[in-house]
Amino acid sequence: MNTLFAIFKREFTSYFVTPVAYVFIVIFLFMTGIFTFYLGAFYESNQADLQPFFRFHPWLYLFLIPAISMRLWSDERKSGSIELLMTLPVSIADAVVGKYLAAWCFTAVALLLTFPMWLTVNYLGDPDNTVILASYIGSLIMAGGFLAIGSCISAFTKSQVIAFVISVVISFMFILSGFPMVLDLFQGWAPQALIDAIASFSFLTHFTSITKGVIDIRDIIYFTALIAFWLYINVVVIETKKAS
Amino acid sequence: MPEAIKVQSLRKTFGPINAVNGVSFDVQHGEVLGFLGPNGAGKSTTMKMITGFLEPSAGTVIVNGHDVLENPLAVKRSIGYLPEGAPAYGEMTVRSFLNFIADVRQLTGTKRKQRIDEVIELINIQGVVNQSIETLSKGYKRRVGLAQAILHDPNVLILDEPTDGLDPNQKHEVRKLIQDMSHDKAIVISTHILEEVDAVCSRAIIISKGNLLFDGTPTELIGKSDRGDIDHAFRMITRGNEQVEAS
Repeated sequence: MNTLFAIFKREFTSYFVTPVAYVFIVIFLFMTGIFTFYLGAFYESNQADLQPFFRFHPWLYLFLIPAISMRLWSDERKSGSIELLMTLPVSIADAVVGKYLAAWCFTAVALLLTFPMWLTVNYLGDPDNTVILASYIGSLIMAGGFLAIGSCISAFTKSQVIAFVISVVISFMFILSGFPMVLDLFQGWAPQALIDAIASFSFLTHFTSITKGVIDIRDIIYFTALIAFWLYINVVVIETKKAS
Repeated sequence: MPEAIKVQSLRKTFGPINAVNGVSFDVQHGEVLGFLGPNGAGKSTTMKMITGFLEPSAGTVIVNGHDVLENPLAVKRSIGYLPEGAPAYGEMTVRSFLNFIADVRQLTGTKRKQRIDEVIELINIQGVVNQSIETLSKGYKRRVGLAQAILHDPNVLILDEPTDGLDPNQKHEVRKLIQDMSHDKAIVISTHILEEVDAVCSRAIIISKGNLLFDGTPTELIGKSDRGDIDHAFRMITRGNEQVEAS
């Protein structure tokens, strides 16, 4: 068996032997429900689409994804199993990607379990299902972005709490990088090109454009590049300070 | 066949601290090398460098002809390693953990199942295979770590304190296991128990403060003491003659 797949399999099944998976999935489904029906005013809007559902995904992920990713590497450091893993014939890239994909598939399972939402809106009206499909894909890719950040941050520390908090902060900056509260930090001293670049980093902007039903290649490239970047840093961090 | 392990002027510094200070030694197949030294002498650090977990600050490690810096995966494939404290994935059952190790070690088909069952029997952990590792006693955890290390039948074994935390019967079993495996393997064990050296090792090395102080057979080691006592010999070498006489 391919070592990447061996790592993936171990990680993925380990979610389900502990209560982590079930707690996460229940809370995720509960929160999506609350956001959609109360904050999103799903019924009141009287429109057969899932905008009220998807609109809150970035904010849910902001807290829930770091809760998944915080243990990816911190736990290995804390328990010392990183020494076992790093002395098995597994390349660091395989270990990083295997763990990451397992976490991503796990969030995909949680996301798939929101299907009653899709059934509901199809029962109530006649929504554009291609838009919904695009939104699901966009949501999953965005979750992948949050996870890559979280996985990388958890490689820095033994402490899951620190990994969680820092991941939330960095994810928050990525969500809001198109907004004044982040841009104002740079306004006045940074060149306009840099400010434009930072503004284009916003998860919200890219995600919102996907949820309109248009999967633009630029949005896909943005998230793919972001994931590749953070995972690359993740590999470098493990390589240089696996033992400390 | 190349030397199992060839360590040349190995050095490791952590900031200002010299953990390992230019250590060289060879291990041949068929040898059991006892790695001795006081706590903090650099035993585990040396083992971590041989197994490719730590990168040496200077010097080379060659395992079965593969340089650990140039070809770490080939080295890791040919070594079985029990890290200090026998870390494992606590939430897994013993069997699923060994299945995972078999996957990573690329064991396939009927050979995979056969070998896992064989090792479970060899290490005597049949009773706990379906228990999660975190619920096991220290002795069982250590044995699961040992099972993991020998699963792919490596011809180089590095065992960091394999008998730590075991009761006298279990210690005896593990020593016997090491002896049974020793005819075709190169085995390096670190230990604090000096009788163990006499019982299982064909050679002993003492390091202290990162320096290699002794390399020879257990009999030669005992010969270092005028009392013919291995403990006394160890103290003489690691603390210097006068201090030992004075104490």
